[in-house]
Amino acid sequence: MPTNTKPKLAVWKFASCDGCQLSLLDCEDELLAVAGAVEIANFPEATRALTKGPYDLSLVEGSITTSHDAERIQKVRKMSKYLITIGACATAGGIQALRNFANVTDYTNYVYASPQYIETLHKSTPIGYHVHVDFELRGCPINKMQLVEVLSAFLNGRKPNTPAYGVCVECKLKGTSCVMVAQGTPCMGPVTHAGCGAICPTFDRGCYGCFGPKETANTISLSEQFHKSGVTDEQLIRAYRSFNAGSDTFRKEGDAHERQ
Amino acid sequence: MLEPVVEIEQQVTFKQEQLQTLFTVLQKRDYQLVGPTIRDGAIAYDELNSTADLPVGWTDEQDAGRYRLASRKDAAYFGYVVGPHSWKKFLYPPVLSLWKANLQKGEVVVAPEAAEAPKYALIGVRSCELHAIAIQDKIFLQGEYTDPVYKARREKAFIVAVNCVTTGGTCFCVSMKTGPKATCGFDLALTEVIDGQRHYFVAESGSVLGAEVLAEITKQQATAEEQQDAKDLMEKAAKKMGRQLDTTGIYELLYRNVECARWENVAGRCLTCTNCTMVCPTCFCMTVVDTTDLTGQNAERTRHWDSCFTLDFSYIHGGSIRNSPKSRYRQWMTHKLAAWQDQFGTSGCVGCGRCITWCPVGIDITEEARAIRAGDKSDKATMAIKEH
Repeated sequence: MPTNTKPKLAVWKFASCDGCQLSLLDCEDELLAVAGAVEIANFPEATRALTKGPYDLSLVEGSITTSHDAERIQKVRKMSKYLITIGACATAGGIQALRNFANVTDYTNYVYASPQYIETLHKSTPIGYHVHVDFELRGCPINKMQLVEVLSAFLNGRKPNTPAYGVCVECKLKGTSCVMVAQGTPCMGPVTHAGCGAICPTFDRGCYGCFGPKETANTISLSEQFHKSGVTDEQLIRAYRSFNAGSDTFRKEGDAHERQ
Repeated sequence: MLEPVVEIEQQVTFKQEQLQTLFTVLQKRDYQLVGPTIRDGAIAYDELNSTADLPVGWTDEQDAGRYRLASRKDAAYFGYVVGPHSWKKFLYPPVLSLWKANLQKGEVVVAPEAAEAPKYALIGVRSCELHAIAIQDKIFLQGEYTDPVYKARREKAFIVAVNCVTTGGTCFCVSMKTGPKATCGFDLALTEVIDGQRHYFVAESGSVLGAEVLAEITKQQATAEEQQDAKDLMEKAAKKMGRQLDTTGIYELLYRNVECARWENVAGRCLTCTNCTMVCPTCFCMTVVDTTDLTGQNAERTRHWDSCFTLDFSYIHGGSIRNSPKSRYRQWMTHKLAAWQDQFGTSGCVGCGRCITWCPVGIDITEEARAIRAGDKSDKATMAIKEH
């Protein structure tokens, strides 16, 4: 990499709450290092200064919920050498993918005073559904240290260390006992992608599955175990239909319990 | 290090209050005491300051996929079995920085981690756990490559064993011939006896150092009756094992059943969550992770426990060898009970029952072995019928 030019970084927002972009600004100790390592060329959340593309790296937050955004993501892709999606909206459709299980017109009629002005797609889809994505960073929101790791990996031409194993590994490495086994608390940890550092089980709560499905997640077996501990189908559907409702694994498992 | 067992002419007894004296004696010798204490709704292993940190009056109820704390009617210090942690967390830390490096005028300068090994006194090590430590000794200290971190911690460690007079719902040390009585690999071994108003420990030393430490405690020679009481308690415990594992020909059994329907069956339940391997006191797999910082000027190598239940574990160029959960469970169980014998000359299982208790869906290695054996027999029977 030439030493005199810094890579140009762009941050893009689609349908989302901005929480993942803010994780970048939350990198208090590392923020100056980030600003030193890249040229922040397009990051409206942080600065009005905009530099035209193309960009070396685009971080994309949010899902595609409008036809306008479906076109815009194509433009972003064309302007970006590398495109990394950040957060559950961009990687799985986000909480707004709950519309995928309902009729979105019902929602707009319920929520808006003048629903006739609302133009929206029937489904909320992840970025990877529309364009090629070079890397997906999970989480709702993403873990800021994982974001720094992904940026470091990009800048140094190496693979990011963001393991796809489950949250259980994080509990065990920390020495946290198991909330499911020791307290009977239903926990999504055994099927959920690591990355948060097992925050909830560390505070005696079951995992909510914010990072979406882990590699080879056996949701069927976990659901059976939840049933045994008294969790109803309705509760199970809610557990799988949260921020990562649109991920294949969680969607299928939720649907399976709806049919029962 | 495992020292040969010093022949003890006599066992001694000391009153329960003297347990604190033992703690103090060890602390004066600069040991950091680590042992059982209540954390996250379970009896975990952590730093201890005094006997008040022990789970006095507590016990555990264990079954497949289930662990609950329960109170005891007495004030026993060690009235429970093993919990979610094992001693490997102290001797073989879960996460460890190996070295750091930085670029200085274009040169990579490596700085190894030079932290001095902590000096631990492990309090309340059970017989199955002594066997597990002996197994990890073989892995880390013998052969061409030794692990310097493990070696330094292990050589400094003082081991206070506790003989089991209580058994857990998932214990099967008797099947694995690893307990309940500690027979070697300790500096001191204690048996806690609560007999009406009397609450005392029967103690024996297993090393010269152990004898020296014991010499500093107010004690008396154990009477024949006291020794018999301790022995009876252990024998009673041995008869109450929560689980059994028939190890007869298990090596051949598992190798013979590389392809059997049971693997598919267990894979249907297995979450590949890794918990069985993480809680296992003998599982020793690790991975190393290299990272750089944003500037590219600094790098670090850390190692952490890994598990054969992850996809990355068997990743080689082009993909993972063990893609299916079936192949991963089969790998783990066959290694633990059979291939381990080829590799280290011993079983990899000590019968502590942790993998059974801490499996979120309660997969039971003894049950899986039983099912494989049953299938094996029926196959043979079918073949015998066909032959006739």
